[in-house]
Amino acid sequence: MNSKPVIQLRDLYKTYRSGEVEVHAVRGVSLDILKGEFVAIMGSSGSGKSTMMNMIGALDRPTGGQYLLDGVDVATLNRDALAKVRNEKIGFIFQGFNLLSRTTALENVEMPMLYNSRRIPAQERHVQAAKALNLVGLGSRSGHHPNQLSGGQQQRVAIARALVNQPTILLADEPTGNLDSQTSIEIMGVFQTLNDQGITIVMVTHELDVARFTKRMIVLRDGRVVTDEPVQPRSQADVELGKLKAAQEAVQLH
Amino acid sequence: MRLFASLKISARALRRNKMRSLLTMLGVIIGVGAVIASVSLTSGATKEVEDQVSSLGENVVNVFSGNFTRGGMRGGWGSAPTLTLADSAAIAQLPNVVAVTPEVRDREQVLANGQNWNTLVMGESPSYPQIRNWKMARGAMFSDDDVASLAKCAVIGQTVVDQLFPNQDPVGQTIRIRNLPFLVVGVLAPKGFNLFGQDQDDTVVVPYSSHMHRITTRRFVNDILVEASSSDTINDVQDEINELLLERHHTTDPDFTVRNQLELMDMVTKTSRTMSLLIAGVAAVSLVVGGIGIMNIMLVSVTERTREIGIRMAVGARAADILVQFLIEAVTLSAFGGAIGIGGGVAFSMTVSNFYGIPAYTPYLWIIIAFASSALIGIISGFYPAWKASQLDPIEALRYE
Repeated sequence: MNSKPVIQLRDLYKTYRSGEVEVHAVRGVSLDILKGEFVAIMGSSGSGKSTMMNMIGALDRPTGGQYLLDGVDVATLNRDALAKVRNEKIGFIFQGFNLLSRTTALENVEMPMLYNSRRIPAQERHVQAAKALNLVGLGSRSGHHPNQLSGGQQQRVAIARALVNQPTILLADEPTGNLDSQTSIEIMGVFQTLNDQGITIVMVTHELDVARFTKRMIVLRDGRVVTDEPVQPRSQADVELGKLKAAQEAVQLH
Repeated sequence: MRLFASLKISARALRRNKMRSLLTMLGVIIGVGAVIASVSLTSGATKEVEDQVSSLGENVVNVFSGNFTRGGMRGGWGSAPTLTLADSAAIAQLPNVVAVTPEVRDREQVLANGQNWNTLVMGESPSYPQIRNWKMARGAMFSDDDVASLAKCAVIGQTVVDQLFPNQDPVGQTIRIRNLPFLVVGVLAPKGFNLFGQDQDDTVVVPYSSHMHRITTRRFVNDILVEASSSDTINDVQDEINELLLERHHTTDPDFTVRNQLELMDMVTKTSRTMSLLIAGVAAVSLVVGGIGIMNIMLVSVTERTREIGIRMAVGARAADILVQFLIEAVTLSAFGGAIGIGGGVAFSMTVSNFYGIPAYTPYLWIIIAFASSALIGIISGFYPAWKASQLDPIEALRYE
């Protein structure tokens, strides 16, 4: 596996000021994430994991420290440059899917390409979006609107959208938060497949079950890293899905 | 961001709230429609008047003799005997003068074909049809030789033809004026009513010499019509005529009046210009009101779609992309409203025109102005909401419920 770090955090700080009170959301996080890793960032609410996520996702800038994404110091970039980083280097997946309603799955997946600095002709946008949808197993649903899709399917559309610009990292914020357990496992299966193909994935979650599908677990508390260890033993989506189905049959759920 | 993609996104957003988009556009539609309708109707009226003015002839300078006052009664222009044929001849020598005709007018009973008809008998030179921009329907105008020989020949208008020679060719026939036989040599093309409601075709034109010596016995002419070489020289010609006549009449107090077509046109169009100004004011007010409506709805739309803005920003939309998207949406609203308004205004004025028989005419310039200003209103009123949208913090926007 390639050992080049795609994300380098050096003594990262984020301090919010709300009125007189200073809130230290992240206080001195240093870590490297290498290409091809599959990382879970865990922590209870208020642990600073969402703030971390926003900074890694170039939605927010740290107030102190250094964040190198693919060798570029994101902390020094202006708004437009951050937008370019988000467009080209990061693929976002959200808890609430965040698809544009009344827009087809295909158009949702095409959207990031509209904001590419390279002009992508409509024909190529269609082809790329269709390819990304096939990759997540939704090729036949490209003409459907989000409200015609199940939660799991919507999240697959969101994953396709995140993948379409071939980002350096996939960034998932509680991707299974709105899904039932079976669909959650299916989505984690998609992640594992993508990771096996060499895609770096960073995922925020508060569920240990979900984190077990990753390769490395980082736990935050009060804005600091308290645990950073490989996941052992690691769950495999197909195995877990088999177990779940067996359990469901046992109680005659189906 | 691609322009076409932005247009598509805007169109989709506007279609999503059809009723709201329509109501928002209504302000612009009504404003632009009202302006186009009133402009069409007033310019229709103005154009008709202008046509009538130019039917008097182009680049024409009128020289009237002064008014004749006796015992407090003022006779009006042309009533005082001050202008002579010599004046007319002198004017013809001035630079930039293309044609001149002295005019003498008289109402006479004209007989022909066992019919009779009271009509205006005018004494003119052969240049008269040229000056008045009047074509001959049949036959030809009499010549300078006819003037010199006091020929008893006449050119008659269509109304006189209808009255005296129904269903006949009058050319070659004879009419009698004061019992003198005049040979009809030509028929003037129908010209219709003039500015003052007079039937211009109800006339008989004879050589001025014949009029002044055979029909009447006059030494003075009512007025002189002068055609200048162009609209650029018309004012010079007018000034020169003034000087020349003052000199010839040995006076400093003019006993004549010189007017040109441009002045007449100005008088006529002055009211319509005031009207246009008023319309422009109303248009400005209604467009401002429409613009406020658009701004209001765009602000609502930005708030409603905060989450969408957040999503777009998260996947890489720059502030400028968001700004352009919302600006295009506002401009689409207002320009579309403007286009509907233009169509509605034209349709309305045409309906009114057909119904009441008044002319309507929509100048292209006003269509362009109306469309451009409605698009401009979209840009102006859409800018603040669009700017507000572009300045949203993506994290806050994504969290927005």
